[in-house]
Amino acid sequence: MSFWNDPLKVAADWLEGLLTGWGMNAAFAHVLVAFLGVLILLSLLMVFDIFLVWIERKVVARFQDRLGPNRVGPFGLIQPFADIIKLIIKEDTTPGGADKIVYNLAPILSMMSVLILWAVVPIAPVILGVDLNVGVLFLIAAGAISALSIIMAGWSSNNKFALIGGFRQVAMMVAFEIPMLTVLLIPTIFAGSMNMNAIIQTQDRLWYFVLSPLGALIFLIAAIAELGRAPFDLAEGESELVAGFNTEYSGMKFGMFYAGELLHAMTFGGIWGILFFGGYRFFGLELVSPFLAILIFVIKALLGYWIIMWIKYTMLRIRIDQMLMFNWMFLTPLSFVLLMVTALINALLRDASIWVYAISMFLSNIILALIALEIARNVSKKERARLEGIKKAAAT
Amino acid sequence: MNEWLYVALFIIVGTIIPIGAIAAGFVFGPKKSNPVKLSTYECGIEPVGDVWVQFKAQYYVFALVFLVFDVEAVFLFPWAVKLGQLGLFAVVEGIIFISILIVGLIYTWRKGMLEWV
Repeated sequence: MSFWNDPLKVAADWLEGLLTGWGMNAAFAHVLVAFLGVLILLSLLMVFDIFLVWIERKVVARFQDRLGPNRVGPFGLIQPFADIIKLIIKEDTTPGGADKIVYNLAPILSMMSVLILWAVVPIAPVILGVDLNVGVLFLIAAGAISALSIIMAGWSSNNKFALIGGFRQVAMMVAFEIPMLTVLLIPTIFAGSMNMNAIIQTQDRLWYFVLSPLGALIFLIAAIAELGRAPFDLAEGESELVAGFNTEYSGMKFGMFYAGELLHAMTFGGIWGILFFGGYRFFGLELVSPFLAILIFVIKALLGYWIIMWIKYTMLRIRIDQMLMFNWMFLTPLSFVLLMVTALINALLRDASIWVYAISMFLSNIILALIALEIARNVSKKERARLEGIKKAAAT
Repeated sequence: MNEWLYVALFIIVGTIIPIGAIAAGFVFGPKKSNPVKLSTYECGIEPVGDVWVQFKAQYYVFALVFLVFDVEAVFLFPWAVKLGQLGLFAVVEGIIFISILIVGLIYTWRKGMLEWV
């Protein structure tokens, strides 16, 4: 085992040997090395987060036919550092009537909920935080903390706009968690495990996207809703709620919400890649070197992030009643039916050849999506006719 | 070492990093506060009335429906993990279980509880 095959373990063993050589308690040295490893991983993520600010600004500029930051440094690469310096030297205010503890805790929790997601995200076959056997459940638990931080921020700010943003976040959290939970069951069924690494390893022949394209799509929609990005950014809603839940936040506290949202989006891109696109696997390239596996994973995560950005900057914000109706009356029943169909086909065709299994899975997903869209189209046609009838009656 | 200890490390470090960033902002930023600056924003007027109102009852119904489905997920995850070994009987049982929940959802829907008022 050399450094190029398993860099994390080699480095950790070397450091642990060094520390115990200095006469340190073995158990303590182990914890200290693990602590350092976590610190390095999360610090690298924060540095990456700084460049995400640049990526986001550059991409949104391109979507809107602008150039984006291009003055500070080559291609404007130094721009995010200038942003950070600005955020740091801003005055750190807490509004007068605010609930001080909850108010100051909210941005910390917002960032923390994103960072702890990386505990279960396998970056390469040998580089991952924890090989939890309930990894998928951990994702949901950590996601709930991020929604909680927004509720805390909205409630504690002593501002009406922020409070309305917090209220909306409650409605959104309780709505979109259900399709997400249901769809997370689908990779679990295929892999027979809730372990993230096992989910990647069992995608050796086919990506789960091929087996469940509809599931991947529902997961993406629910993830965008959980992120609170457009078209589901009702908790912020700049044009109606000033800035929503973070109206009263300034300086680095606002920065934590902003950076947390960007990193969260990238993380969900990565998780989408892991659950449905094989994570760090790419035609055996990941076996060459863990460094190549990291590269593959980051590219997949950024592609997922790009799709989330694409949706954000091309879709309009929807109203809260439309959002809840879309979730409770369309997405939730659809995801349950999809789960039942997937479980049934999985049981019936488990022993059939892989091609029969994959094609019937794929076709069942497509047919289900078409039926659901047809029903939705008919319902909305009736709704339009009803509204037009009301309009005509009012006119006469 | 227990794997949950690593998760605890992630939570500790994940809390320290944002605290550090906010502390840097606290150290380097100016501190010139006055009551007018600290009053909350309200579209160019002085804040009127109380902010901490009570939640609408509508949210309570949504929360109840959510709770039912969330608890259901706890039952379904072990079912999904062991589905390969349990065979067709367990699949049919799972489908019946989900169908009962869908009937509940349709009941809530028909009662008009899912409408945003």
